[in-house]
Order: sequence, then C-alpha cells, then structure tokens
Amino acid sequence: MSQAILDQNTASPDTPGSRYFPKFAISPELESEADERISHYPDHKRSATLPLLHIVQHRFGFISAEAIDWVAAKLDLEPIKVLEVVSFYPGFRQTAPGKFHIRVCRTLSCAMGGSHELMDKLCELTGIDRSSIDSHHHPVAVSPCGNFSVEFAECLASCGTAPVCLVNDDFHEGVAPEKAGKLLESYKS
Amino acid sequence: MSFDPIMSAITYTKPPHPLETRLIFKNVDREGWNPSIGRYLEDGGYEQLRKAVKMEPKAITEEVKKSGLRGRGGAGFPTGVKWTFIPPNNTKPVYLICNADESEPGTFKDRYILHQDPHQMLEGMIISCFAVGAHIAYIYIREEFPEAAKIVEKAIEEAREHNFLGKNLLDTGFDLEIYVHRGAGAYICGEETGLIESLEGKRPYPRIKPPYFPAALGLYMCPTIVNNVESLCHVKHVIEMGGDGYAKLGAPRNTGTRILCVSGDVKKPGYFEIEVGKVTMRELLYDMCGGPKDGRGIKAVIPGGSSSKILRADESYKLRNPDGSERELGFWDIPMDFDTLAACGSMAGSGGVIVIDDSRRISWVLNNINAFYAHESCGQCTPCREGSTWMQKITDRLVEGKATPRDIETLESVAFQIDGRTICAFGEASSWPVEAIIAKFRDELIADTCEDAGKDPKNPEAEAQRRYLAAY
Repeated sequence: MSQAILDQNTASPDTPGSRYFPKFAISPELESEADERISHYPDHKRSATLPLLHIVQHRFGFISAEAIDWVAAKLDLEPIKVLEVVSFYPGFRQTAPGKFHIRVCRTLSCAMGGSHELMDKLCELTGIDRSSIDSHHHPVAVSPCGNFSVEFAECLASCGTAPVCLVNDDFHEGVAPEKAGKLLESYKS
Repeated sequence: MSFDPIMSAITYTKPPHPLETRLIFKNVDREGWNPSIGRYLEDGGYEQLRKAVKMEPKAITEEVKKSGLRGRGGAGFPTGVKWTFIPPNNTKPVYLICNADESEPGTFKDRYILHQDPHQMLEGMIISCFAVGAHIAYIYIREEFPEAAKIVEKAIEEAREHNFLGKNLLDTGFDLEIYVHRGAGAYICGEETGLIESLEGKRPYPRIKPPYFPAALGLYMCPTIVNNVESLCHVKHVIEMGGDGYAKLGAPRNTGTRILCVSGDVKKPGYFEIEVGKVTMRELLYDMCGGPKDGRGIKAVIPGGSSSKILRADESYKLRNPDGSERELGFWDIPMDFDTLAACGSMAGSGGVIVIDDSRRISWVLNNINAFYAHESCGQCTPCREGSTWMQKITDRLVEGKATPRDIETLESVAFQIDGRTICAFGEASSWPVEAIIAKFRDELIADTCEDAGKDPKNPEAEAQRRYLAAY
C-alpha cells in the first residue's frame, strides 16, 4: 500500500510536451554542474537540494522519480527528503510542460490589469482546457500540440507594468489580453 | 528563441519626478547606464568599500545604527540594531543573507536594483559582511527572476576579478564568498526563518522566535543576518554620508529614502524614491502618478504590500502628538513614512502601494487577496493553513453571489482566529486584509450577499461549508 502511494506521488505520466524534453540521464556534464553547485555550501551538502533540482528541471523539463533518487544519492539524503521539497515548492514540476511554459501573474494588480482575461485568451488560442485543474499547476496544463503550457503564478513583482507573464525565462510586461496572439506568435518555432 | 521587443513595450525611461530623491535608484533608467562593473567603477563604484575596510567593523555597525536605517523588507526593524544581536562571545561562523525573494504583492523595487544596479547591492553587501564578520554570504533570489539571477552571478564574477570578493579581498586579510541561491516560487521564503530553512534544502517552514532569532540561531544554527536588497544598498550610502549625514534625510525615526511602488488604478503607475515622510498620499497619487483614471475616483489604498491594512480614501485619523495633544489627519495628508502609517492603523511594509478605484467591487479585491494567501500558506500552523483556505472559500462564494450576510461574520471570526496564533507573521499577513476590509467596507460586502443563498437547493457547497463553521 505505502509503495503504491509513493509510486503515485512520484509518477510522471507523459504529456504532449514530453517529446520536447530528453529522458533523465546521468552524464559527466550533469555531474560536474551539480558538483560545482554543491561546492557553494561547504560542509552542508543538503543546502544544494534546490539548486540541483533546478539543474534537473532546466535540462529535463520536470523532476522524475529517477531524478529524485539521483539528487538524493548525490547529497547523501533519503529520497523522501528530496520529494518533500519537490512537492512543496510551486516552482518544481513532476510532469513535462510545453516547449514554452507560460506563467501568468494571477495576483491583485495584474488581475486588475486583465491577467485573468489574458489567461483565458491564451487557453483559447492554444486549445488548453484548464477546467479540470486547480488554480495553479496541478497538473501542468499543456496544449494538445505540446508547444505551450500555462499556469497561474503568484505575484511576479512587476505590478506597475501589469499584466505580466513569464515565457520560459523571458519576462513580458504590459501584455494586455489582446496581445495574447502576438505573444504566442513570437514563440511559434 | 525569438523575442519580440514589442511585447515589452512598457519602459520607464522617464526622468525622476521632481518630488523624488534618488539615492538607491540613481542609476535606474539612467541614460548611458549598464550593469557592468566598468560602468559602476567609472561612477565611483566600490569607493565606499575601500573606505569601509579601513574602518573597524564595530565602527561600521555604529554608523549604521546612527543612521537610523530601518529594514526595507516589510517589518521596518533598525538594521544596525539587528546586527548587534549577534552574541558577543560567538565562536561559530557568521553568515549574511541578502533577501531578494521580493514577492509581497504590490512590491517591485528589488527587481530593478538586481537588473540594473547589481554592483550597488554587492558593495553594500560586502561592507555589511565585513561589519558583521561573515565569510560566506548568500543572495536568495526568487525563482521567478531568472534573468536577475544571471545578472547577479555575472556581477559576482566581475567583483571577484577585481578582488572585491574572494580570498584576502583588497589586501585586507578578509575572505568573503558570495553565492546566488535561487528559490522555487514560494512566498513564505521571504520570511527570514523560512528562507533559512529553504537555504538549508528543506521545506521553508518558519521557525519559532524565540529561540530561533537568526542573529543567534540562523543558518546551520549559526548567527545569521538577513537583510533586504534595498536595505543593503542603503548601507553603502550610510558609509558615504556618515551615519549622522544619512540621518538628515527623511524624518526623525524614519530616516533616509525609500522606494514606493505604485500599482493598480492610477494613470501612471511606477516606482518613486522619496525621502521618507516628505511626500503625502495626495502628492504620491496625484502629482506623481497622475491621479485616478478618467471618470473614476480613488476608493481605497493598500499602502504597504497586500498584507497591510487597507485605508479608505474618505477616512481621517486621530493621532497623538509628541506633547500628548491630539490632531486629526485626513487620508490624503498622510506622509508616507513608517510611524504615521502605523498610527493610522496600517503599515509602510514593503512600500507596495496598491490603488483601488470606485469601479472595483471590494469583495472581488478581497477574494483575490485571499486566494493568494490560501495558496502561499506553508501549512505548518493549523489556524493559518485551514483558516486561509476557508477565507478563500467564503469569498469565492461571495463573489459568486452565493454568500449570506452571516458569512461575513464567519469570515471575520476566522480571521480573528488566525491573527496572533501562528509561528510567523504570515498569520497576520493573511488575516489583516480580511479584518480591515470587513471593518471598513462591511456594508459593501453585505450588499454582495444574498439572504437566501444558503437555502438555495442548487447551492449545496454553502450548506456543506457552513456545517464545519457552524460554531457561531
């Protein structure tokens, strides 16, 4: 029974976005990038949990059960210590997002500026159905083509230029709902 | 990856407003400015560090205390005093953490410091590390600032190349390493003990104070100083101007400058650096931000980030003068400082001013705020975890027209049961907006309710929710 619960909590079912991300694999580059980060925390390896998870998510799109085991082994931790971090932080995902992951600010100033309408427009244009997910990203909502995924983020700290969103690592401000099409267009390929 | 600059059409290349006093934001949007160390050095960069390392560390702390500098992250605690809380007989390593987890809704000042003037922050940070004796320091940058993290890491590299960092910096015999640590999207990491837990690689459950005051028992149970980005930048200017010189800026007990971030329903939102207390609410919202949008009027203002208590535009306050007499102060005449805002029943907080005009239903505003706190509660303390979720459920129904007038009482009583019953200040942060909005807009909230909502057979959720909250 407990094994079944654990499996369920670490499962990463395929999404349409999966094809854009390589399967988790350990490589010398991955090891050395991780070792460099670990060196930032002399005598306190566990502190590198978040940095290592960021490396994994950046390279592989999300954090799989194998990745959790690898991070745990790297830091001499029980895997549960890593899983509890993955499942807590909204910034970590356990399934593949789209090739371009869009995070729209949900919070007050952006909402006043029309960020919820922006979200609706993005979903309409990409064919994403958010009706069965919670307010944020459980699970990540991916478009059928796998190119785009969306989630609401809490305050992106640019309230003066509302509404704002992040597309992967690119920040966009003043994205009124009517600019949704143009935004997507710039990420077509 | 293609990047269309049209999408980032809003840029603030506007010159500073005449009412502004730019100290920290001197280089933000400055013509010909860039975040490289070369440009920073041309402008006298790192001169204050050279000056500071010739001083006794204790003397630096003394200057910062004299300056009256108060933390710019939210609580407004005196920075120099915080530094003196490191136990005098300490033998453990001391750490310094720069809190760049800017995530209080309405606040967007640190973003521009990190993007446009990272060396100013580093210089202030290195001086502070020297003052408190920290040899390792971390900059905790929120995950949603990926570009800022890259810029700051590059700035650290540059500073190291110039021997402002690393072993034996500037031939002083002092060693210092600064690293960037990225968060992962959790608001609670802005709370200093939650941040420390996160930096230790754990869930960011805040620690209880006492005993876990970071200055005594912080990172790895060692003395740790946690300061906001803006506060650390100010340290550089304290060294430049001297503690007494700096204290001449602003008002007594509210010294220096601070950055106010205005968003919401004004014509020209943006950031403004002012001398603390020298600009009133009217000057800020009308002269600097252009007033409300055409045909609308300002209804209320949240003055210090979404956790601060809302102020109505038609209010006035009875304040006590130092000589004991009373005076009345209207909303529009409130000076933007720490103490007056506190006396008016709110707080200066993080400087995030959110303006709400008369086109907004206050129930919608409250629901949006409640959704934020329900999502961001870390879940450690039951009153906050359960309470913030219940408050959202009730206001969800309120905006859908499915709440009864009694729900407003229930909402208020849930808020009162969170306030003061949690390990960290998130309990207050989540319940104050509810308490303040109910206290000041009760009639408007009740107008959005429906006496018969609970009896509607199509509304089983209200009945179900009330079953759990029927104790009143």
